[in-house]
Amino acid sequence: MNNNNATQPLVRATDLAKTFDVSAPWLNRVIERKPKMLLKAVNGVSFDIERGKTLALVGESGCGKSTVARLLVGLYEPTRGGFHFDGVDAHAAFKTAEGRKLRRRVQMVFQDPYASLNPRWTVGDIIAEPLREHEILSDTGEIDQRVGELLQSVGLSALDRVKFPHQFSGGQRQRISIARALATQPEFLVCDEPTSALDVSVQAQVLNIMKDLQRKHGLTYLFISHNLAVVRHVSDQVGVMYLGGLVELADKHTLFDTPRHPYTRMLLDAIPKMHDTGKARTAVAGEVPNPLNPPTGCAFHPRCPHANARCSNEKPEMLMHSGVRVACHAVEEGRI
Amino acid sequence: MSLLQVKNLVVEFPSRKGTLRALDDISFDIAPGEILGVVGESGAGKSLTGAAIIGLLEPPGRIGGGEILLEGKRIDNLPYAQMRAIRGRKIGAIFQDPLTSLNPLYSVGRQLIETITTHLPLNARQARARAIELLQDTGIPAAEQRIDHYPHQFSGGMRQRVVIALALAAEPKLIVADEPTTALDVSIQAQIITLLKTICKDRGAAVMLITHDMGVIAETCDRVAVMYAGRIAEIGPVHEVINHPSHPYTSGLMACIPDMSQDRENLHQIDGAMPRLNAIPQGCAFNPRCTKTFDKCVQHRPNLLKAGNTHAACWLHEAGGAA
Repeated sequence: MNNNNATQPLVRATDLAKTFDVSAPWLNRVIERKPKMLLKAVNGVSFDIERGKTLALVGESGCGKSTVARLLVGLYEPTRGGFHFDGVDAHAAFKTAEGRKLRRRVQMVFQDPYASLNPRWTVGDIIAEPLREHEILSDTGEIDQRVGELLQSVGLSALDRVKFPHQFSGGQRQRISIARALATQPEFLVCDEPTSALDVSVQAQVLNIMKDLQRKHGLTYLFISHNLAVVRHVSDQVGVMYLGGLVELADKHTLFDTPRHPYTRMLLDAIPKMHDTGKARTAVAGEVPNPLNPPTGCAFHPRCPHANARCSNEKPEMLMHSGVRVACHAVEEGRI
Repeated sequence: MSLLQVKNLVVEFPSRKGTLRALDDISFDIAPGEILGVVGESGAGKSLTGAAIIGLLEPPGRIGGGEILLEGKRIDNLPYAQMRAIRGRKIGAIFQDPLTSLNPLYSVGRQLIETITTHLPLNARQARARAIELLQDTGIPAAEQRIDHYPHQFSGGMRQRVVIALALAAEPKLIVADEPTTALDVSIQAQIITLLKTICKDRGAAVMLITHDMGVIAETCDRVAVMYAGRIAEIGPVHEVINHPSHPYTSGLMACIPDMSQDRENLHQIDGAMPRLNAIPQGCAFNPRCTKTFDKCVQHRPNLLKAGNTHAACWLHEAGGAA
């Protein structure tokens, strides 16, 4: 099946879109004559991730990062577009018996290590669940041994498997989540803000473990974060999202050294700098618009210093500009 | 003279297994118009220090020793009613989550006017005019209309502006801001930090800014106190602490933060975690995680010692700094 596709990206998302129906109940709509309300959480996102690489998605709250993550692991079904994993249409496969095998190869690490572990299960049970569920191992002795190995691979002790989640700190719990995600020996790991609930010193521990595991097992990551410094550290490619769409997709160094899209520039400017203290930075104007009622044309135009009439009428496409995919009229026209 | 002096402050929590010391021997002062940053990881005692100063310690927590002086007068032992008059009038507070610090049932105008009329001798009309002025100062567009809106009609960043307006309502001398930007996105965070900075400069208010984000500290503060396990590990001018940290914990903390300007295969990491209150190790609380531990660190607890231009609670700096 996967013999002659070494050149093909492991993950390919094409025009992914997810719309949520957030209308009032039917009766209210009839009586109060309210229209149907549709929230376009993700609206046409395309990207590839090559085997063993990390794509990071950044953006502010409500831009659709987490929805993309959930689409990729099959927790949501896309409204439009698709996601191919290793050449197979994943959403079609999830519905068939083959889908179980696919789910084994795609796993997820969630943001909140307090909410994503069952407090009434021991750590051993939590990590063994995917092993049992996917019928990878059935012998209790073998399962115990594998759980021990998994715990050790994330820097915990094999003896920790008899403990409960509340006996661990936030960083240790996040490592347990990672161990659970690794139990099925996945190739692709979707990490939705894995360190944003953690302190910096603990964040460093978790990020180091994730990088070590990637080197050791050749894992492919989709890494979602709002912290640009973390993204710069872990990723190979970075996609910047704004209001449900990608606005810029570039190699890490290109993106951080020469950001093209005005929104990317704004985000980079907004990061507090550590070493030139007291320096005034350009204040960013405006806020993210309501996704229920997005602006016409380019979604960023009300906040953009380079916007003109075309930006407010015509939605820009993702186009290649010197090796970088950017959705911006001003970049296309060479104005910036 | 300092506006706020905190001397050997101890905060305790009585429990069945004995009294836990959550803050141990904290001393610092804030000059008028100064911005002091307080930084540390969760559980270091940052917010508790703030709560002790505002007089809002949650029982059974209590001040177990030391003094807090505002403009030379003790405020830590005042009766509830007197403290209530100071809180809001002389000390303003900004909390982390702007949604929970506003009452959802009242319009923001009503909440502002309530604070203003409680503390200042103004009638209802004057108070309303002042409330509109405050909203304008904090950068809320169309303040005349927005004043009658309810908190849910504002976005997160706008709500935090309302909370800042509330804290400023009675022109306090000191503002205790506990993680004011943690719940906000980076672009909004930048706006709020700029606002806080200019507004305090214009009004000459001193700020105690509690945060876990070193970047925010670097951009905003004049001095910074680094806390660890209920004590101050290092205190000094902000660029000294950031560029030449003297305490091993501070340098470890700085190295943990992913750097935007350079590539590294692996981040520096401090192994282990902050000790629990009931298991603070003997000697220096940081010694099990420290790379430079020697005998004395395990036996005796260091006090703040002079280390270059900062003060650090570390035995390496004993007798003028052998390190």
